[in-house]
Amino acid sequence: MTYIAKPKISHPGMPRNSLGLTVRDYEGAVSTLCAGCGHDSVTAAIIQAVFQLNIEPHMLAKMSGIGCSSKTPAYFVSQSHGFNSVHGRMPSVTTGANAANRKLTYIGVSGDGDSLSIGAGQFVHAIRRNLNMCYIIENNGVYGLTKGQFSASADIGTKPKKGLPNQQEPIDPVSTAIALGATYIARSFSGDKDQLIPLIQGALLHDGFALVDVISPCVTFNDHEGSTKSYAHTREFYHHVVEADYIPPAEEIKAQYDEGSAMSIELHDGSKIVLRKIESEYDPTSRAAAFKYLRERFNAGEITTGLLYFDDSRKEMHDLMGNIETPLSEYPLDKLQPGNAELKKILSRYR
Amino acid sequence: MASVNDVVIKIGTVNGTGSASANGLLMKSIFRMGIPVVGKNYFPSNIQGLPTWYEIRVTSDGYQARSNRVDLMVAMNAQTYARDLAELEPGGWLVYDSTWPRSKLLDRDDVTVLGIPLSKMCNENFDGARARILMKNIAYVGAVAALLDIDLTTITTLLEETFASKPHLIDSNMKAIRLGYDYATENFVCPLPMKVEPMDRTKGHIIVDGNTAAGLGCMYAGATVGAWYPITPSTSLMDAFRSFCSKYRVDEESGKRTYCIIQAEDELAAIGMVLGASWNGARSFTPTSGPGISLMSEFLGYAYYAELPAVVFNVQRTGPSTGMPTRTQQADILSCAYASHGDTKHVLLFPCDPAECFTMAQDAFDLPERLQTPVMVLSDLDIGMNDWMVPDFEYDDGRVPDRGKVLSADDVENMEKFYRYLDVDGDGIPYRTLPGQHPKGSFFTRGSGHTKYGGYTEDSDEYQDVVDRLLLKWETARSIVPEPEIQYSKFNKAGILSVGSSDGACKEALDWLNAQNIAMNYCCAKAFPFSDSVREFIEQHDVIYVVEQNRDAQLRTLLMLDCDADPKKLVSVLHYNGMSLNAEFVVKRVLEEHSKGQAA
Repeated sequence: MTYIAKPKISHPGMPRNSLGLTVRDYEGAVSTLCAGCGHDSVTAAIIQAVFQLNIEPHMLAKMSGIGCSSKTPAYFVSQSHGFNSVHGRMPSVTTGANAANRKLTYIGVSGDGDSLSIGAGQFVHAIRRNLNMCYIIENNGVYGLTKGQFSASADIGTKPKKGLPNQQEPIDPVSTAIALGATYIARSFSGDKDQLIPLIQGALLHDGFALVDVISPCVTFNDHEGSTKSYAHTREFYHHVVEADYIPPAEEIKAQYDEGSAMSIELHDGSKIVLRKIESEYDPTSRAAAFKYLRERFNAGEITTGLLYFDDSRKEMHDLMGNIETPLSEYPLDKLQPGNAELKKILSRYR
Repeated sequence: MASVNDVVIKIGTVNGTGSASANGLLMKSIFRMGIPVVGKNYFPSNIQGLPTWYEIRVTSDGYQARSNRVDLMVAMNAQTYARDLAELEPGGWLVYDSTWPRSKLLDRDDVTVLGIPLSKMCNENFDGARARILMKNIAYVGAVAALLDIDLTTITTLLEETFASKPHLIDSNMKAIRLGYDYATENFVCPLPMKVEPMDRTKGHIIVDGNTAAGLGCMYAGATVGAWYPITPSTSLMDAFRSFCSKYRVDEESGKRTYCIIQAEDELAAIGMVLGASWNGARSFTPTSGPGISLMSEFLGYAYYAELPAVVFNVQRTGPSTGMPTRTQQADILSCAYASHGDTKHVLLFPCDPAECFTMAQDAFDLPERLQTPVMVLSDLDIGMNDWMVPDFEYDDGRVPDRGKVLSADDVENMEKFYRYLDVDGDGIPYRTLPGQHPKGSFFTRGSGHTKYGGYTEDSDEYQDVVDRLLLKWETARSIVPEPEIQYSKFNKAGILSVGSSDGACKEALDWLNAQNIAMNYCCAKAFPFSDSVREFIEQHDVIYVVEQNRDAQLRTLLMLDCDADPKKLVSVLHYNGMSLNAEFVVKRVLEEHSKGQAA
């Protein structure tokens, strides 16, 4: 129950970010998810990511639809406005919110049911617009709140707790996003915070649509033997391809990278994401190559993770339209209409 | 059939042949002569090839509705010739293209048929298939001008204005006008006994459609985010908004746009975008029609419960289902009033012509911000897509838009704690904050059960507290929505009540009834919830004829539900064949019911 206030325990020695805030200031209400739920780990990663990026809480907007994943915005950054919308419709609400105020940082938390079934249309079109947002899918292959039905991301042959294995082709959000031309596409695992946090940070700072698909096991309905979205299965077949390191603005890249294995991406605030290629032949800037590689590894039963595709050449929604930098919601209303004298001139067309 | 400035011209053509501009030219010429006109377009749900008609009613009395008769038929479409001929009033005139012969069987003894070889003349005088087709339309305008005595100088001036940037088209169009005009004067006795004469009744008026007016109203209201999915007959509303914005919404310093129009993937997304934008403090809207409302219903219920402003223009068309997309109706009254599951109800506005589309567009942005709830403007195809003569629009330069109860960062800073859904002022309207202002103002917007403080709840009392407060807000809405227009005399025991585009025909019907010594009072409701004055109007009469354009008496039902009106008093007059309402129908039906009442 999100109305249970979370006790704030703060130590004087806790690290503070450049705003003077501690990680406690980025927490939310007590989670009502099952103990051990992958989503709670994602929540913790989001808290760390936002804290480390020094984002002012009120400049963050938390968006979601319906489902276990969509409840989580209540569990992080309680000093941010949240919009828990209707099922599968988070992308449209975020599109409108961003249209009104492009200065906020938008983080949308969705699930495989919310994004790949009921909300598939909206997910697809947010990508098409290159909406500037961080879009996290907490992907567990099942519907939890309605007690364990398969979702559209369930793999062929994966077994439910009760009933027959899934026979339908899964919808993979990552390859879908590559096909659609999303400009930042990552996959990670709720159990790998070291990989997940910088991927979320890059997604928050990316100027355009950033997808982070997180395999986030459902401990209650999909963590058993025979499930391809369990903790055990994910750990076993988890395959790092490209790691991402987040380097804050004005900070030097200190780590030593092997020749040809690293590439640095400059973000709009001066920070950098350094990609470390574990697979040296992998090219995260080629849609065709990324798609081919992903399908091959998928067919081999592997879960490919990391920052899998990146393109900073495409403009985000507002810039595609040529919209003003000032948030439209802050533009003075009296400057938005030309007055009665001009109205008379307009009317002359209709005589 | 002799008359002056009281004639109905109907032109039957083929869709996609460019007759719209010719018909517009004809209507505007008469308007420029100072004579009131009504234009109605009857077009198919088709791009090219099906029959289409345009009706111009010349009415010296300045009535707004269509007439149920045709005096002069211009039958350009061989496919519909028989039907067009049959529709003509006895004593009327029919013009047809005599390039090809018509069967004698189709002749009527009681009308005069005038053949003009329009195609032949245009083929001889113009080059190219497209030009010949277009000029044939202009040529019938010339013929009608001669027959009705429309001023040629006025037509010339209009062509000069229209083609100011393409002067060579002025000459060719004038040539086509003269072809028709000269043929008519040389071969027939012109003008006909039924003709037009200059008057002075159109000064201070314009001819405009409701969608253009609403789009202009949205621009003046300061709308910045428009999201939509194309649907007939609402599409031209966003087209108009876009067109006005492209001129008046460019930031002087940066040269960039101060508006954001998003063509959504469907209506579900369109309303989602509107809610996201209004949550963030922008004035946002979506134009749609009935099927779009069905799709938006879930989100409309969300907005009602989470208390988000939203502006929806529903340009109603003929239902149910896909229905007749290019015909008009007022059949979404109930589906809009109660859109969505659970206990929801929505504020509706009923503009009765394009002038009110302009003014109500402004109300439509103030009310949702004041009430923190969606407001739907129920226009229809008749208002939205037809050309109406209405008084010039006025914008009050001193108008201060009502942005409602929004706390600033300073307000929040000075508060001990902010709670989203507390009824501080006792009017049922809580205070809200906008994202990006202050961390203390943050709250979680949700459609799930919540307390008056904004937190999640499954507690019965806490839940009920909020939904009961929404009822109080509903009563506040009742007190601030636009008042009805009422014509009242205490001597009349019967009244007529209508909304929206039924208004014009009702007002004309009142005149007709008066001429028969049957005086009735009149109420045109402008909004739901109904103001107390609507309730009083019903109470003051023995019988109320509720005139509306749907089969199921939706307005009457709403009056019963919201005003607790006595059903026995409310007698329905229902018109729902998809055509615009006319006064003759209203008079006939009211008299039928009235005589029953007197016999009883």
